[in-house]
Amino acid sequence: MIQEVNKDTSTSLYINDVSMSFELPDGGSAEALKDISLNLREGELLSILGPSGCGKTTLLNIIAGFLSPTKGSVSLNNKQVTGPSAERGMVFQQGALFEWMNVRKNIGFGPNMQNMPGTQVDQRVDELLETVGLHGFGEKNVYELSGGMQQRVSLARCLANDPDVILMDEPLGALDALTREKMQGLILKLWKETGKTIILITHSVEEALLLGERLIVMAPRPGRIHKEYKLPFAQHAITSDIREVKKMADFTSTREEILSMIWEMEEEIMGRKA
Amino acid sequence: MLILSLYIACFILLLVIYKIVIKRFIATNEHIKTNTVTFGDESAIKPNRTASVLSILTLFFIWCAFTGSSLSPIHAPGPFTGDTSFSYTASNANHEIDTAQVFIRVNPVNEPLTIPSPANNDSNAFTKNDSAKVAAYRSVLIRVKKNDMGGKEKGYLITQINGQPIKPKQTVQVENGEVSLSTKGSLSFTPNKGWQMEPIWLPAPEAVFTRLIEITQDGYQNVSLFENIGWSLLRVIAGFLLGCIVGIPLGYAMGLSSWFRGWFDPIVEFMRPIPPLALIPLVIIWFGIWESGKISLLFLAALWIMTIAARAGVSGVNISKIHAAYSLGASKLQILIHVIIPNSLPEIFTGARVAMGVCWGTVVAAELVAAEKGAGKMIIAASKFQQTDIVIMGIILIGVIGYGIDILMRVAENKLVPWKGNS
Repeated sequence: MIQEVNKDTSTSLYINDVSMSFELPDGGSAEALKDISLNLREGELLSILGPSGCGKTTLLNIIAGFLSPTKGSVSLNNKQVTGPSAERGMVFQQGALFEWMNVRKNIGFGPNMQNMPGTQVDQRVDELLETVGLHGFGEKNVYELSGGMQQRVSLARCLANDPDVILMDEPLGALDALTREKMQGLILKLWKETGKTIILITHSVEEALLLGERLIVMAPRPGRIHKEYKLPFAQHAITSDIREVKKMADFTSTREEILSMIWEMEEEIMGRKA
Repeated sequence: MLILSLYIACFILLLVIYKIVIKRFIATNEHIKTNTVTFGDESAIKPNRTASVLSILTLFFIWCAFTGSSLSPIHAPGPFTGDTSFSYTASNANHEIDTAQVFIRVNPVNEPLTIPSPANNDSNAFTKNDSAKVAAYRSVLIRVKKNDMGGKEKGYLITQINGQPIKPKQTVQVENGEVSLSTKGSLSFTPNKGWQMEPIWLPAPEAVFTRLIEITQDGYQNVSLFENIGWSLLRVIAGFLLGCIVGIPLGYAMGLSSWFRGWFDPIVEFMRPIPPLALIPLVIIWFGIWESGKISLLFLAALWIMTIAARAGVSGVNISKIHAAYSLGASKLQILIHVIIPNSLPEIFTGARVAMGVCWGTVVAAELVAAEKGAGKMIIAASKFQQTDIVIMGIILIGVIGYGIDILMRVAENKLVPWKGNS
């Protein structure tokens, strides 16, 4: 069932031979990413996993357009990425909501910035509040909400712009285990309903397995793609219970395989440091 | 020193009484306290309002007690007032020795001086009784030999005061005061001062209050109290607003552009540590002593604080918020208006509170140097006429207004930046 995949042909997001190196204070340079090539077809759900320092976030920032790669390029729908844009929405771990706006205004921020008429924005926000399960919370201040609800607002705010790709940088990293599981369900539901291309970065192997139609394990120094999986669990989780999926034999064996892979990488790093 | 020890004693005494009262009578509430660890947990330390009230009352009580105020039942011993007397013994050129009385009336402060009626003299003695008047806290020179027979002759000597031997330049304690003998043979009497403050050092609270009412009604030196305070406030607000108008955009520019940051960094970092008071001489030379001078000074006082606050507000923006706004399709101008400015408001308010405090302090100091009207001018003028009650009243008003400004700023902050401390 689990198989390593080759390049997909029908691409919407095309990451072409991207390398990134940072200058160090001592004059040298560190390679954060080396020769990353990756194609995503429209509607694909990709999760990226790896030990800290493997350049996952750097890669995501390059796709978002916050960083410009030292080599290679990223293009979306045959248009090269040169900077941030509304077609590549981003969901952050936390602290990215605007505390001076209530939930409605946070969600409507993107459409408002693009001068969408007010009634249209309102309608869109109402729909999204319903979608993410925040009906009746529109007038609340974001700092009054729990961490899970704040991430619901983040998801809705990102969706309000109707982006082509949604980039998620450990969106559930700061949540407790129970909330996290609920939110995993929500992300799957949104993926199914909207059919968006999603790239999700996570530290949790379980989350990566569950939410990734496709899973990339990255290795550090230099950051590179170590292994790629094609996974059925996201589809299962949409139709059945998440908890059941997590108990499947395939799921647990893949989890153990990846965990020991990451452990090895971590040990290698520690060894090199010592 | 005495006052300090009394203050410490009050502090300890009230603390002990409070603890006992709490234990005895309010002990039933004790189980509500669920936090067992409070020592070291700063967030568990809330100001005890009972202590605040007692603190103010203690200060007020000490003020009353040491100024003989009628508001306090207990007083420190006051200065001696009333009639007293002592005797002196003199020997004349013929080596005769005689004694006479000196009658002194010590009059209360700020009351007309009256002199006691001369007493009957023992006609046989060459020394004659004297009488003198003196105000409390002052001393009086009594030339007792002036009316004594043979007092101007060589050999006339004052030898004893109340039977105690005395020599020139020596001082002898008598009832209700002390007597010293000058080299020229005059006696100087200083009545006991007691422990209370002379009104010229520290007037009683009611004197200050009376003066407050008087000045509110009649003004001081033809300027009403509201005009004095109003001018000070007007200068503060004008200087502060100018400082904000220039400082905040400058701070934003420094936070957003490396050229602006580089260009203004040396200026801001150089000007920041210079206290505004040190600029007063230069400001007077450049702008004169009139309004433009004072407002420029306050402008400079507020400018750097507001610049640094705005700059800190920009650097305090969580980069995720900026990234989020960009990936939601906002333009630079939109990010400035909708993200950077609102996000920097807490810092701006903190800066504004500091700036207001500094401006208020600076305006008073500037008015001390030169002004026609203003709170600072009022107290410096009063101090020149030794009207300590006006000085104290002015200081209290300045403090109360400064505190009031800070409270207003905090209320505005809570209204406008409700997310502060919640993000």
